[in-house]
Amino acid sequence: MSEPIISFPHLGNYSTVFAYFFKHTTKCKILIAPAITKKTIELGSKYSPDFVCLPFKYNLGNFIEALNQNATILVQAGGGCRYGCYGEVQEQILKDLGYNFEFLSLMNNGKVNIITIYKAIKKLNKHLNFFKYFYYLLISMLMIFYIDKTENFIRLNIGFENEKGSFKKLEKIMLKDFAKCHGIISLTFKYFKYHHKFRKISINKPNNPLKIGVIGELYTSMEQFSSYFIEEQLAKYNIAVKRFTNLTYLLVKKRLVTKKMLKDVKEYATYELGADGLDNVARCKYLIKHGYDGIIHIKPFGCTPEIGAMPIIDKICKDYNIPVIYFSFDAQTSDEGIKTRLEALVDMLKERKRKND
Amino acid sequence: MKIKVGIPRALLYYKYHTLWQNFFQNLNVDVIISPKTNKQIIDNGLKYVVDEACLSLKIFMGHVDYLKDKCDYLFIPRIACVKKQEKVCTNFLALYDLVRNSFPKIKILNYNLDIEKNEEELDGLIKVGKELNFSYLEILRAYEKAKQQENKERKLCKMLEENKLKTDNLKIMIVSHPYNLHDEFIGKPIINYLKQEHVTAILSDIYESQDVEIDCQGISDTLYWTYNKQLMAFIKKYKDKVDGIILLSTFPCGPDSLANELIIRKVKNIPISYITIDNNASDTGLITRLESFIDIIKIQKERSKKHVRANN
Repeated sequence: MSEPIISFPHLGNYSTVFAYFFKHTTKCKILIAPAITKKTIELGSKYSPDFVCLPFKYNLGNFIEALNQNATILVQAGGGCRYGCYGEVQEQILKDLGYNFEFLSLMNNGKVNIITIYKAIKKLNKHLNFFKYFYYLLISMLMIFYIDKTENFIRLNIGFENEKGSFKKLEKIMLKDFAKCHGIISLTFKYFKYHHKFRKISINKPNNPLKIGVIGELYTSMEQFSSYFIEEQLAKYNIAVKRFTNLTYLLVKKRLVTKKMLKDVKEYATYELGADGLDNVARCKYLIKHGYDGIIHIKPFGCTPEIGAMPIIDKICKDYNIPVIYFSFDAQTSDEGIKTRLEALVDMLKERKRKND
Repeated sequence: MKIKVGIPRALLYYKYHTLWQNFFQNLNVDVIISPKTNKQIIDNGLKYVVDEACLSLKIFMGHVDYLKDKCDYLFIPRIACVKKQEKVCTNFLALYDLVRNSFPKIKILNYNLDIEKNEEELDGLIKVGKELNFSYLEILRAYEKAKQQENKERKLCKMLEENKLKTDNLKIMIVSHPYNLHDEFIGKPIINYLKQEHVTAILSDIYESQDVEIDCQGISDTLYWTYNKQLMAFIKKYKDKVDGIILLSTFPCGPDSLANELIIRKVKNIPISYITIDNNASDTGLITRLESFIDIIKIQKERSKKHVRANN
């Protein structure tokens, strides 16, 4: 048999981390699926069930494009609302399409944790011992943490850069550099190097800029293509953007803050609403408390947890009188419609701010 | 004066109504159940949720709207987990908070069932009873009695449905969540049409078994939605005894979108029709599809009979 080639679906900038992790733990060849384009989503939706949620279609599109480039092992994780079932259905669809591959699910009994991932990877690399695995997991987690920290900084400042594209350019260089790191120390060293570089980029930020919080479903938040680059578009209007969802939050922080969130939003939500429903309700309260000017809620079409949370978010925003706009992305949403709606929102927010000042 | 408790005739009412209704009646509380779904109820329900929500949820909100000023308390169940390590649709998780925020004026009896967090059926009902100022003893007695009544009713239902399997008529199983199956707007037109055509409809809510895990193997190993698992197990168990399967779903049901895809891809050698209903569905389109589906099955059956005869 030829050498196994591993591939996995895209998720924002994290493919760097996944590639790093699988490269060092499995010793197999890694194929990063071709970057998402219109073609990806067309392929994905062609073979997907009718009203499955959007991330399924993107992931399937990624898989098909990777298989066309001779990938032999596909990796899928799980968890959350419908995500846990993606693996099985996608495997079946791809097998029915006639592809020959091995499907590696990081899940076991509906859960993804350190042990299940270890067991899954052990299948590929019999020489892997737990300490080595744990060491690379730790590096990967740290890398995710550093990427998230940097991204948070970028989102707050990219709208005010003097030279267009300077942040994105440096970010790309940083990601490439991260992929080459050897260990925790070299990674940390690299992070601080870029940390300084990012802060040296010249920006022209007013004291009281327009601030918008982006909340919503996790895939559309993290994979910018699926939300039609909503953050980049906001940056064009000189806006500081705050986004909560990132892998650091989902993997670590979420478990720690659930109880506190329930306490914070007592009047609106008594229980968890499933997936990120409660989180988004709590984020609304946070954004209001910290003086944000508006809220953008994004989700893929038919996302059940968010549908349950939206009437509650609506009520909070009405009670505290803060503008909120909902975007529901599907495979066929047009660019222009989104641009128009964003422009209208920004104009309205600017006017509101002027009146208040 | 007696307290009046309203129960919306929607969603999991259809699965647990005997227990809930009898529990309140045993406590000597008046139970008001909203009428069968009609166009008015659906239209009212549309106002309270996002237009992307599934039809079943919209119908639920319509029923709540109907009951809002007809009773003292409204019974809104939050059923988050009925079996360890399994899940239900997130709509059920959000139901209580959804109703509370959409109807701020009504008083809600909150019944929370979450096995994963050790909130069992009885715990939830005790809390409900306490809110209505009943003593533990009264609640326990009412629960025990209601549970017995529920078991009896389930057994009866199962027997009736299994008797249906013995007929020589064409048999088609309708696979769907009970709240779609028995709803006046979603499932009833289909059942009525099949009856009219002298086709026996085998309904999926009869499935009651401890070994769901074993029964649904072969269709799915990783699925974790309790109710969808039961549907899969039902298909596996009875599919050899029927002539066709109708998968009935509402638009856009989350769990069904994946579970039904698996069923279609993995259940072979039997005709399957996948019908999705949304709030603008017209009867004519539905009947055309059912008619052609029944015709196909009839022709296939005829052909296989001829085949058998020829072989003999």
